Amino acid sequence: MGTSRYRPGSLVRQQRKQKALKAGMYTFLVLASLPIIVGYLWLIVGAFSGNFVFGFVPQGFTLENWSFLWKPPSPAWPNIWRTVLNTFILAFGVTAVVVVVSTLGAYVISRMQFPGRSLILASTLILHAFPAITLLIALYYILRILGLLDTLIGVILVRAGLMVPFSIWVMKGFFDDVPWDIEMSALVDGATRFQTFWRVMLPLVGPGIAAIAIFAFMSGWAEFIFLVTFVRSPDAWTLTSYINAIIGNYRFTNYGLLAAVSLFYMVPVLLFFLFTQKFLMRVTVGGLKGGR
Amino acid sequence: MASLRLEGLTKRFGNVVAVNGLSLAVDDGGFIALLGPSGCGKTTTLLMIAGIYRPTAGKIYFDDVLMNDVAPKDRYVGLVFQSYALYPHMTVFQNIAFPLRLAKRSREEIERKVKEVAALTKIEKLLARRPGQLSGGQQQRVALCRALVKEPEILLLDEPLSNLDARLRIETRAEIKRLQRELGITTILVTHDQVEAMTMAERIAVMHDGVLQQYDPPGVLYDRPKNLFVASFIGDPPMNLVPVRVLEQGGRLILSADGFQFSLGEELREGLSPLVGQEVVLGLRPEDLLLSREERPEGIPGEVFLTEPLGGGILVHFAFGEVKLRVLAPREQPVEVGDRLWIVPQGEKVHVFGPDGRSLREADAAA
Ligand SMILES: Nc1ncnc2c1ncn2[C@@H]1O[C@H](COP(=O)(O)OP(=O)(O)O)[C@@H](O)[C@H]1O
Ligand SMILES: [Mg+2]
Repeated sequence: MGTSRYRPGSLVRQQRKQKALKAGMYTFLVLASLPIIVGYLWLIVGAFSGNFVFGFVPQGFTLENWSFLWKPPSPAWPNIWRTVLNTFILAFGVTAVVVVVSTLGAYVISRMQFPGRSLILASTLILHAFPAITLLIALYYILRILGLLDTLIGVILVRAGLMVPFSIWVMKGFFDDVPWDIEMSALVDGATRFQTFWRVMLPLVGPGIAAIAIFAFMSGWAEFIFLVTFVRSPDAWTLTSYINAIIGNYRFTNYGLLAAVSLFYMVPVLLFFLFTQKFLMRVTVGGLKGGR
Repeated sequence: MASLRLEGLTKRFGNVVAVNGLSLAVDDGGFIALLGPSGCGKTTTLLMIAGIYRPTAGKIYFDDVLMNDVAPKDRYVGLVFQSYALYPHMTVFQNIAFPLRLAKRSREEIERKVKEVAALTKIEKLLARRPGQLSGGQQQRVALCRALVKEPEILLLDEPLSNLDARLRIETRAEIKRLQRELGITTILVTHDQVEAMTMAERIAVMHDGVLQQYDPPGVLYDRPKNLFVASFIGDPPMNLVPVRVLEQGGRLILSADGFQFSLGEELREGLSPLVGQEVVLGLRPEDLLLSREERPEGIPGEVFLTEPLGGGILVHFAFGEVKLRVLAPREQPVEVGDRLWIVPQGEKVHVFGPDGRSLREADAAA
């Protein structure tokens, strides 16, 4: 077979080219992610460093930065554990409101015909595209009228309100995927409308609820702009307010303290992802897996 | 058990009239089939009986009690969906127990009843599984159990066999028939498969475009189709339907088409004489035609142009110009392509459909 199309020389050249390409891609990816890696490394090292050369290059080892855990760095500041509790209240509050409102709303939008249905659907998308910051002043007045300024409940409602449109879209997809037959079957089997929703529909959209709950929790945990704008009193501070205060209140920012508090702020989220990673990978937005 | 009566039942979805003026009655303990092609309104009818859809017009009676405004849960019907609609998040046991749990029955009773129906359909071993782990046939049984466990007054089956393979379909057909007979539940079977309807039901309601065409026992549907639709829908292989013109020749009525002539006996004379000169449709079932090698006065001479062995018999095709005829010949009769044979109809098995599509025999019978 002198005319074989397989020529060893050219094949080897091809393989070399592939390898070079791969090496190039890895180099690029490493370089591109370097700033992020350096950022986190600085955070970890800085949290345990005594002093900073040029103000920000960490040096030495100390636990001094972590003293905020038992003694507020400034007498005007709240106890850190109070702040942690507030952060959880905010995150879980947002989660609860978002899950309840979006699940009920999405069910109705997915299953029922009523005037204005498509308008509502379209407007939820537009709302989601709306930059939240432009609402800041209007929201300030609304919260003041409602007497919710400077309270966590006010921030919970605002943050949840901004999350709901997106969550409704996600949940509507999950409800749309549940066949009508299953719902009808429950009715014929003797369920009321509410029992059908509670005992048949809700379990089937469980993965969707998990997805929007996670998004809502994270957004509550990471809330910043509405907190620092609407909440002043130290009693209602969360960890974001705390970090904001560290950056803003000293003439020279205490980088060691900043790094330590930031690391502390990240720990619950890291733990959460560590333990739920396997489950999270199975959640696909908009898909009812398995079943029939 | 309950009797069922529908009066002028109509359902509109926007511009689509899914069911139009359907009236029929089912006796207590009866087994009927709703038969018709896909999209003719069978499922819509079932869902109205179950109380899922509200009729646009008409009335539904169970045991002579008006049911139109009664909620599904108070109708005591069992419904097996075409998709089976099992709850994917529940085990088989939980699926079957669901209606009982909603009815707040005791744990012992639920346990006992579920085991009972599971034994009835031989799925005791599957109770711990989830629907996703079952084959189509097993899912079908679970769905049937779930419908039966609450001891319904009326059992509604929406194409319960259409997702099964051919062999399982035949087994399950017999099984459902046996169960229905044992339990004596008033049953409505929805199907687009005439064999299913013919073999299982005592009476068949043939539907087309939301309108009831004929409601009769299987034998009557086959022997006396009321109109062209029923004639073409019932029977396999399907009836030969030949568009012909009615002519009078020397005192005899002749049905004639391009290259094809058929002279009628006395039978349909009365119905046909007013139609001389008009177009009608002649209907001949392939199995009602005989083939003969000798000349027969009442026979139609033709040349075989195709044969299809069907196992039990041979389907012999003839062509007369535009007109095609199929004849079901016994396997023992040797027929070759190109043979010249006489096709012999049997007088009492000839159907003629008038210009409005209605059978002239029906007109005779009604007169
Ligand atoms: N929920 C619905 N909305 C609009 N049209 C429908 C709906 N259900 C059925 N139809 C229409 O009604 C007709 C009858 O449907 P169906 O009862 O499902 O037929 P079958 O079960 O005989 O196949 C069809 O034309 C179908 O498109
Ligand atoms: Mg159907």
